[in-house]
Amino acid sequence: MTPLAIAAYTATSAMGRGLRAHLDTLRSERTALRANDFSRVPLACWIGRVAGVEDAPLPPAHSAWECRNNRLAWLGLQQDDFLAHVLAARARYGAQRIALLLGTSTASIGATEEAYRTLDADGGFADAMLRPAIHAPHSLSAFVAAALELEGPCLTISTACSSSAKVFASAERMLRLGLVDAAVVGGVDTLCDSVLFGFNALELVAPAPCRPFDAARDGISIGEAAGFALLERIDAAPEAPRLLGCGEASDAHHMSTPHPAGLGAELALRAALTQAALQPEQVDYINLHGTATSKNDAVEAALVGRVFPAGTRASSSKGYTGHTLGAAGILEAAIALLAIEHELIPGNLGGSTPDPACGPQFAWHNEQRRVEVALSNSFGFGGNNACLAFARAGFTA
Amino acid sequence: MSALRVYVEGIGVWSPQLADFAALGRVLAGATPNQPTGRPGATVLPANERRRAPQSVLLAVEVAQQAVAMSGREAATLQCVFASADGDQATTDYMCMTLAQTPTELSPTRFHNSVHNAPVGYWTIAVGCHAASTAVAAQRASFGAGLLEAASQVLGEQQPVLLVCSDTAGAGPLREVTGCQQAFGCALVLAPDRGAAAMARLELQLTPACPDTPLDEPLATWRANNASGPALALLALLTRSAGRCQVAAAAKLGLQIDMESVG
Repeated sequence: MTPLAIAAYTATSAMGRGLRAHLDTLRSERTALRANDFSRVPLACWIGRVAGVEDAPLPPAHSAWECRNNRLAWLGLQQDDFLAHVLAARARYGAQRIALLLGTSTASIGATEEAYRTLDADGGFADAMLRPAIHAPHSLSAFVAAALELEGPCLTISTACSSSAKVFASAERMLRLGLVDAAVVGGVDTLCDSVLFGFNALELVAPAPCRPFDAARDGISIGEAAGFALLERIDAAPEAPRLLGCGEASDAHHMSTPHPAGLGAELALRAALTQAALQPEQVDYINLHGTATSKNDAVEAALVGRVFPAGTRASSSKGYTGHTLGAAGILEAAIALLAIEHELIPGNLGGSTPDPACGPQFAWHNEQRRVEVALSNSFGFGGNNACLAFARAGFTA
Repeated sequence: MSALRVYVEGIGVWSPQLADFAALGRVLAGATPNQPTGRPGATVLPANERRRAPQSVLLAVEVAQQAVAMSGREAATLQCVFASADGDQATTDYMCMTLAQTPTELSPTRFHNSVHNAPVGYWTIAVGCHAASTAVAAQRASFGAGLLEAASQVLGEQQPVLLVCSDTAGAGPLREVTGCQQAFGCALVLAPDRGAAAMARLELQLTPACPDTPLDEPLATWRANNASGPALALLALLTRSAGRCQVAAAAKLGLQIDMESVG
């Protein structure tokens, strides 16, 4: 494919608000997870909670969209001058020529949970919660479209934990076909009872901070995040980092367990390399899905070992943020872009006793090193796999 | 932009009144359609999974298998775009009610069935599809936005794509909020070139927001009663030889569809 410019990007997670906070936390090699203080009766686990969401209501003009997920979206849009970049693009191209494609798995289901906790006497939603637009998967994208006054194609992608990686592939096609001149992509997922108690029911939640690729790993820590990127053609932002390729594939194996041989993950990875015209040895860094479940990490460690040479560096950043589910794709795309921009390979936090299945590619601690090409893996329930390839401005395969 | 041109090779439809696309044709011809008996068949699912599957999965799989059978394509080779405004509303109702009352008793199976991509996940597993698959949502524009995404995959990848758009009936307190009075689903197999199985050519053009194409009863009520119902404007057109309809693709974006039969 013709590479696209990442003209602007931003992330907000437990590591903090904006890219500088993420870079500083990654450099510190300290987790941003904390003991679970969410829910009325919190489960005994650790979470990646964004501080201060409770104290950041939406502006009055957007109050109909009020809920934790849209608050986090609004908070995320304010960082790194992202809003100003979008408004400039809107002025340049026109509101109908910008696509808005956002990934989410939770959307604002937390608000629907709240409505069910506060049903009125006749069993219906209380008046304050009777806002149909927030009780649907499209709540996030519809809110952001209204807030940014974008009038182009607008779609929610909800494929569990690959959601906000796949938005890059859809945006790239729309740009290539000339449907739009720019795309705002990203994703937001927030902590809610559905995911905390749901993953707990599946016995996939670790009691202590998650330990990706550790021999004794015992499950995920759930986190929340918001992230966005503005995609344009390269001539609009020649100095910006680039999207080189996207790969998508399905496991066709099981709803909540990855294919044991990593079939769909490898198909997605190889599709991304093919679209980017890259050989594995050209990849400097891979931000892995690395959830810290027994099965995901075993499958992914084997995949890295059989595809990449020892010189490629690989790590999971979920030890910092927890698994931000539908927002993991965009958050970890942002971390891959930070690796390129700041020549930082983030160490795989939490892997103090590495799983012997992990090869020499794993970076267990931070490394300062030039990164031309970085990949980001995202895999979701339903066997839904995505891989993204990014590069420094001016990189030629 | 120039129009997006794709070819329809297969059509699936299911609602409590419509067993398939032929039944829609009979309704529009003033005849009595064959109505389905009970739940959507979804016979491509293994029997044990069919018994346990949520309504959203049965509905999406049923219309998908109808469309793929009509196209003559191998299901395993088709990229998938599954659209739904509200996902499985009975599952959402169960989840929220349980979380409000006894959260630690949540069923793990019903949790993993609550993801928006459960129908496309079950489909890819049942037919052995390793191609790209996605699950999307856009409220009452889910059909138009899903069609736009599917067409951009058809043309961007030069591959046939299976598009499904379906919503279940509302359940519990959520029913008043989503306004989905009954289930409705449809599917299209779309291809980049005019092959032997091509039935119709579609030319899609983005427009400013526009009103939905008027429909006669009972289609107008069926459309109002389900968030995937706006698809009925195109489905009704596909029973004829040529014509134009408009559907919403986003809150402020319309999709104009020119259809010509090529069968």
